[in-house]
Amino acid sequence: MSHTASDLGARHRGSAIARNRLPKWTPLAIAAGAVVVGIGIGAGAGLDSHVQWGLIALILFVAGNYVVTRVADGPRQAKDRVATSLVYACFILAIIPLYSLIETTIAKGVKVLDGNFLGHSMSGVLGTQPGGGVYHAIIGTLEQVGIATVIAVPIGVFTAIYLVEYGKGALAKAITFFVDVMTGIPSIVAGLFILSFWILILGFGFSGFAGALALTILMMPIIVRSTEEMLKLVPNELREASYALGVPKWRTIVSIVVPTSIGGIITGVVLAIARIAGETAPVLLLVFGSQVINNDPFEGPQSSLPFYIYEQYNLGNPAAYDRAWAAALVLIILVMILNLIARGIARWKAPKTSGR
Amino acid sequence: MAKRIDVSGLSAFYGGFRAIDDISMTVEPRTVTAFIGPSGCGKSTFLRTLNRMHEVTPGGRVEGKVLLDDENLYGSGVDPVSVRRTVGMVFQRPNPFPTMSIYDNVAAGLRLNGRRRKSELDAIVEKSLTGANLWNEVKDRLNKPGAGLSGGQQQRLCIARAIAVEPDVLLMDEPCSALDPISTLAIEDLIGELKERFTIVIVTHNMQQAARVSDRTAFFNLAAVGKPGKLIEIDETERIFSNPSVQATEDYISGRFG
Repeated sequence: MSHTASDLGARHRGSAIARNRLPKWTPLAIAAGAVVVGIGIGAGAGLDSHVQWGLIALILFVAGNYVVTRVADGPRQAKDRVATSLVYACFILAIIPLYSLIETTIAKGVKVLDGNFLGHSMSGVLGTQPGGGVYHAIIGTLEQVGIATVIAVPIGVFTAIYLVEYGKGALAKAITFFVDVMTGIPSIVAGLFILSFWILILGFGFSGFAGALALTILMMPIIVRSTEEMLKLVPNELREASYALGVPKWRTIVSIVVPTSIGGIITGVVLAIARIAGETAPVLLLVFGSQVINNDPFEGPQSSLPFYIYEQYNLGNPAAYDRAWAAALVLIILVMILNLIARGIARWKAPKTSGR
Repeated sequence: MAKRIDVSGLSAFYGGFRAIDDISMTVEPRTVTAFIGPSGCGKSTFLRTLNRMHEVTPGGRVEGKVLLDDENLYGSGVDPVSVRRTVGMVFQRPNPFPTMSIYDNVAAGLRLNGRRRKSELDAIVEKSLTGANLWNEVKDRLNKPGAGLSGGQQQRLCIARAIAVEPDVLLMDEPCSALDPISTLAIEDLIGELKERFTIVIVTHNMQQAARVSDRTAFFNLAAVGKPGKLIEIDETERIFSNPSVQATEDYISGRFG
């Protein structure tokens, strides 16, 4: 920092608008310094946990930024720097668990993840043996989530269209209220509801479809909420422009309002899918779980990826742990692929402003 | 084509609030009529009652009669959607549909009303864009997004979109207020050409513009904030700007007003 210090005198003598500016790399230098000192203190004081080292470095980074900027630039810039460095610090704090989660899952998951694992079920494999696979669980997840999506998306999107474009008065208020309540339903409660209604009262057996019904209950409010927000973002001027051309209301909604917000609607649907793809409780109650491939979601028990992970982890032996991690990795990749596809569609469909 | 508008005893409400009170006037076919007056005096509200856009606003309600060649727009059994096909509108801020190309924007009104023959659409799109003095600027990039044009071009695109459905009357709500002087001039020239084919009603805050483009001018005013707007007088534009019959009009035009 001696370089900066020797510059300070010159900087203070600058013009009224150009003085008091630390060089751009200062925060980086302070960050590097904070990490080094943090490691030093951590190692010197014999702290075991690296988390403590990191926290010391973070505090040093924020405090160092404040002190250096305060001395060199003045109090206003110092406050600005503190706010900026706090934002960076929080960002890093938020990223660490995510990074660690992905790293752990990949490191432990790739051990048994291969074509054999993806292409086979657990049929005829003892829980303690290595081998076996996740194929039946992938089929189950895809079918259950697929059915839930097919049911929930039209209902959710149409509900949102009603609320934004038509809904007035008591009915709209009641729907909004119940959607809010539904958002808070725990997945196990949705599962129990379908269990008592579909299986105990109506007398159907365990099946992927029963699980999909519970997932639908979880998915619908998310889609209604996100679609509603997206439709509200469409400027009223566009609706009026369309009405002024003599276009009926329903056509305006179909051809102008929904296409304008389709990117956001799709993003909301994908987030809802990602949310329900990881649900274990309804599957446990309604789909029952299975070790063999069952392609028919309407008949007989199935498995699903989160259920498979739970089941393997419960077996409690090294081979089963490996399978659980690999299945977790498969689930993450599956959701990520969905996300990428949706982002692609959203970008392709988004309103275009460039291209003069 | 180009119909006469006859308004009698028209009041418009927002919920319980009376925004304009008891307005009667006649707009002759193939003329340009300008509405001037201070902000909040109900010019735009009145304009929007002429194609039943007022009732799109929540709480919007209208009393009185608007005759379009002897047919009451507010008569029983009149479909507001058909009214809007007959009476087109251009808004204050250019609002091309953001998901559509230039071509699709102009064709939107026709397509959404079920006319989809490519050759027919091609011809109408070219005719409308030519009519809006935009064809030469965009003919090589009809498939580019409409939102990528400049503000003045976007407004002319909106005019092309409005005239593509061949309305009888064209309402313009401060069409130049978001535009620079050059684009304004282009649109004023365009209004002069369009009046050969349409009945045009234009709301403007720019009195020079009213003087330049209109045949007749209507002056609106309101007694106080919260009171309904009223039509003070309507006359030949020359007369309004040289020798108006009401003192308030003269005060407003000469800038001595509130």
